[in-house]
Amino acid sequence: MTARIGVVTFPGTLDDQDALRAARLAGAEAVSLWHRDKDLKQVDAVVLAGGFSYGDYLRAGAISRFSPVMETIIEQAKAGMPVLGICNGFQILTEAHLLPGAMLRNNHLHFICRDQKLRVENAGTAWTSDYEQGEEIQVPLKNMDGRYVADERVLDELEAEGRVAFRYLDMNPNGSLRDIAGITNEAGNVVGLMPHPEHAVEPLVGTGRTDGLGFFTSILKKLVTA
Amino acid sequence: MTLDTVKHAAGTPDVSQPWKELGLKEDEYARIREILGRRPTGAELAMYSVMWSEHCSYKSSKVHLKQFGEKAPESDALLVGIGENAGVVDVGQGYAVTFKVESHNHPSYIEPYQGAATGVGGIVRDILAMGARPVAVMDPLRFGAADHPDTKRVLPGVVAGIGGYGNCLGLPNIGGEVVFDSCYQGNPLVNALCVGVMKHEDIHLAKASGTGNKVILYGARTGGDGIGGVSVLASETFDSTGPSRRPAVQVGDPFQEKLLIECTLEIFRENLVDGIQDLGGAGLSCATSELASAGSGGMRVELDRVHLRDATLSPEEILMSESQERMCAIVEPGKVDRFLEICEKWDVIATVIGEVTEGSQLEIFWHGEQIVDVPPRTVAHEGPVYHRPYERPSWQDALQADDANKLARPANSDELRAQVLKLVASPNQASKSWITDQYDRFVQGNTILAQPEDSGMVRIDEETNLGVAVATDGNGRYAKLDPYAGAQLALAESYRNVAASGAKPLAISNCLNFGSPEDPAVMWQFAEATRGLADGCLELGTPVTGGNVSLYNQTGETAIHPTPVVAVLGVIDDVTRRTPVAFAEEGQLIYLLGETREEFGGSAWSQVVHDHLGGLPPVVDLEREKLLGEILIAGSRDGMIDAAHDLSDGGLIQAVTESCLRGGKGARLVVPDGLDAFTFLFSESAGRAVVAVPRSEELRFTDMCGARGLPATRIGVVDGTESDSTAVVELQGEFSLQLSELREAHEATIPGLLA
Repeated sequence: MTARIGVVTFPGTLDDQDALRAARLAGAEAVSLWHRDKDLKQVDAVVLAGGFSYGDYLRAGAISRFSPVMETIIEQAKAGMPVLGICNGFQILTEAHLLPGAMLRNNHLHFICRDQKLRVENAGTAWTSDYEQGEEIQVPLKNMDGRYVADERVLDELEAEGRVAFRYLDMNPNGSLRDIAGITNEAGNVVGLMPHPEHAVEPLVGTGRTDGLGFFTSILKKLVTA
Repeated sequence: MTLDTVKHAAGTPDVSQPWKELGLKEDEYARIREILGRRPTGAELAMYSVMWSEHCSYKSSKVHLKQFGEKAPESDALLVGIGENAGVVDVGQGYAVTFKVESHNHPSYIEPYQGAATGVGGIVRDILAMGARPVAVMDPLRFGAADHPDTKRVLPGVVAGIGGYGNCLGLPNIGGEVVFDSCYQGNPLVNALCVGVMKHEDIHLAKASGTGNKVILYGARTGGDGIGGVSVLASETFDSTGPSRRPAVQVGDPFQEKLLIECTLEIFRENLVDGIQDLGGAGLSCATSELASAGSGGMRVELDRVHLRDATLSPEEILMSESQERMCAIVEPGKVDRFLEICEKWDVIATVIGEVTEGSQLEIFWHGEQIVDVPPRTVAHEGPVYHRPYERPSWQDALQADDANKLARPANSDELRAQVLKLVASPNQASKSWITDQYDRFVQGNTILAQPEDSGMVRIDEETNLGVAVATDGNGRYAKLDPYAGAQLALAESYRNVAASGAKPLAISNCLNFGSPEDPAVMWQFAEATRGLADGCLELGTPVTGGNVSLYNQTGETAIHPTPVVAVLGVIDDVTRRTPVAFAEEGQLIYLLGETREEFGGSAWSQVVHDHLGGLPPVVDLEREKLLGEILIAGSRDGMIDAAHDLSDGGLIQAVTESCLRGGKGARLVVPDGLDAFTFLFSESAGRAVVAVPRSEELRFTDMCGARGLPATRIGVVDGTESDSTAVVELQGEFSLQLSELREAHEATIPGLLA
C-alpha cells in the first residue's frame, strides 16, 4: 500500500518533473495536478514545486495563489493535508498565508545556484520525521528571491514554537533573517523551504547526494501508517 | 498613408526606394527588380533586404561553408544535416539529439541583458522547432580585458541575461566558456548553445506542403522590437509622422517561451503539425519564405490577422519584427481545432494567418490588398553569393616569427612557484563559479556533469542511463597565430573534453566569430579556419551538423582574433561510467597521457607572464587525438580511470590544480625524464590528458596504453586532504603549494574584479 503525492504544475513551474520523480523514488504514487483544476485527484499530500509560476509577475507566487487548484489546497491544508512548498512553492505558501513572512530579492541581487548546507531544526513535521533533530544535510539551492523576512514578533514566535524547520549553515546565501531556510505551520503539516530537496534524491545526478529523499520518505511513512 | 500594393508598385516603376538605407547594394536592388519584373513593394523590399543580409544569407561565408558538406565524413549518426534549424544525430536506443551553437554578439554589446537573454531564447526555439525537448544550454562567452571598466558593464549584464532567461525556462546550464582578451573590447562574443532530445519519429522539418493546410502563427504578440533598419522604410518613405526608430534589440519574456515550449511539445505529441519553423532573425519574412520555399506549393498570408502588441505597426514592420517567443506551424485543416485548444490550455495566443496554396508564389495581403507576390526561394535561398577577395595578411610572418619559446623562463624554483600562482589566478585560468553559480545547473534532475567539468553531461533515459555530453571550445590566440591550426585545435580540445568525460564524440556544431569580410586579411582567416575545421572533421569522423557565422566583429580597422568556437556532441551508453575531473581518492596514481613538447606560442603562460602573443600554436595531430579519445573512453567504461582532465590552456599545472581543487585532494608530482620542470608545467602541447588510476588498475591501464601506442607517463600520486590541511600541490625538488593557497588564488580573482 502506498500514498498518492500530487505535484502542481502552474504555468512557469519548472521543477515539477523533479518533484514527481522524487515522490516515485520514495515509493509513492506520483500524480500531476494542473493549476486550472480544483480537483486534487484524491491525493494524500501536495508538493508545490519550484520555478517561476506566472513568470514571477507582480511578485513571486502572488498570482498562483489565486489559481483554482490553490483554492482547494488552501482549504485542505487547513484541514490537515500535508503540503510542501519548495522555492517558488514556499513563496506561494506565504502569499496564500498558509505560512507567515515573505521572500525578498537576495541581498546580493544575483541569482544563486549552489550546494547548500542546512540544519534540520524541527524533525517533528510531516515532511521531516525521517531526519534526526539537528541533522546536517546538503541540498541544492537556486533562487533569485530567497531572502526570508518577517517582523521581529513573528520571528520570535517561530523560534519559540520550534517552527523554524531549517537553517542555513556555513553561509547565509541570500540574507534571510536569522538564517532561516524553511519553516512549518503550527500543525506541522505545511512546510516551506527555499532549497531543493527534490534535486538531491539520486547519487548519480546533481551534487551526487541523496540528502533530500528524506522529505519524501517522511511523508510516505506518515501517510501509509496513518 | 498609402499602401504600397503590388498593383501600385507595377504602376509606379520610377518611385525612388530606400534600398541603400536598408543595406542593399545597387546590383542587389537591380536583381530584385529583375526577379519580380517590376519594382518591389515596400514590403517586398523589406523582406529581401533582411533575408539577403549577411546575417540571414551567409553571402560572404557560403562559398567557404560548402566544405562542411563536401568534406563531410561518412557517418551513420547523422539523421538531419546542415540547412535545417539544427542538425540531428542518432544516439541509439531510438533517441535522436539535436544541438546547435549560435551567436548574439552585437545585440549583447548594445544591451547586454536582453541581447544575451534573447540569444538563449532564439537557440532554444531552433531546437524546439526540430521536434525536440530542450534539455540543456551552454554559453561560450568572450569579453574584453577583465579589468577594463566596460567589461564590468557588459559581463554582469550578459550573465544576468543568460541566467534570467535560461533559469526561467527550466533548462540546466551545464557548461560553456568565459574568456577575457582585450581584442574583444567593444566586440564581446556571446554564443549560445542548446541541446534537445527526441525519438527518431518525432523529427520535424521546416516545410509547408499540402494545399489547403493552414499557416498558424502562435506565441507572443508581434511588437515593434528588433526592427532595426526597417524603421527607415516605415518612417521615411511611407509615413513621416508615424512612430520612428524602433528599438533594434529584441526584448525577451522567458515565461512566454516556457509556455511555448510546453505547448509545442504537447502539439508534437498529438502529431498535429506538418511543418514548423521558429521566428528568429527576420521574423515572419524568414519563417514564411523558408517554409514556403521548402514545401511543394505556394503560400497565402493575411498579414492583418497577426496579433499585435502595438496597433500602429505598418505591414512592413510586422514582416520584419523580431519579437521573441513566436513559432509558425503548418497544420492540416482537420487538426486546427485541436491545435488551438492546446494553445488555449497553455495560454498561448494562436492565429490562423494563411494557408498553403497550389501556386508557387508567396503572397501576402493587408486588409485584402496584395502587398507581396514573390517566388519564396528567391527570398530565402537565392540571395547574393560573394567570392570576397582574401589574402594572407602581411603581418602574419612577423607574428609567427616572434617565437614564444624564446621568452624568458623562470630562473629558479621560487620564480617557478610564483608563476604557477600567477597563472591559476589569472582571469582566464581562474575559477568562473561566480559566473556559473548564477545559472541553474540542477533543474530537470538529469545533470550528470556541469561546469567546471570537462564537458556538460545529461542523462536522457532514466531506465537505461543513456546520456549525452557536450563541450565547447575555442582559442582565438591560437587562431590568430594560425587560423587553420587554430580551428583544428578548437575542434581537438572540444573532442578531447567530451572523451575525457567518457563519452564518444559523434558530431559538431560551430560558431564562427570573425571581423569584417570586406577586409581580405579577415577573409583569409575565415577561409583558413573553415578549411581547417572541415579537414579536421573529416579526419576525426565527426560531421558538422550546422552552426552560425558572425562577421563584422570589429571596431574600426581592428578585428577580433579569429574565433571559431566548436561544440562537440558525444554519447555515453551508461552515465554511471562518466569520468569527472576531480582527484577524489588518495593514493591513486596520476598519469600524463600524450607527448609534451616545448610549445608556448599562444599559451596562457606567454599571456600571463609576458603579455605576449607570437610564434606558432601547438602542433595538431588528429590521429593522436582519436587514439587518446579511445583510451579515455575505454578507461572510463572499464573502470580503469577514476578521474580525467584534458590539458589545454595553462598546461599541466592548470589541469592538476583544477582536479585537486575539485576533489579537495593534493598531488605530489615528479618531473618525468627528458623534460624540464618549466616545460612539464606550462607547455600546451595538444593531444594530452591527466588521469587518476587506482593502483589495482595500473597494470591493466598501462598495458592498454602500451599496446595501443599511447605514451603514458606516471607523474605522481594523489595525496593529502584539504579538510585536514594535509593537501599540497608539490613538484619534487622545486616547490610545494598548500591547496588552500591555490584555492584562494584561483577563486578570488573573478569576484574581486566583478562582484
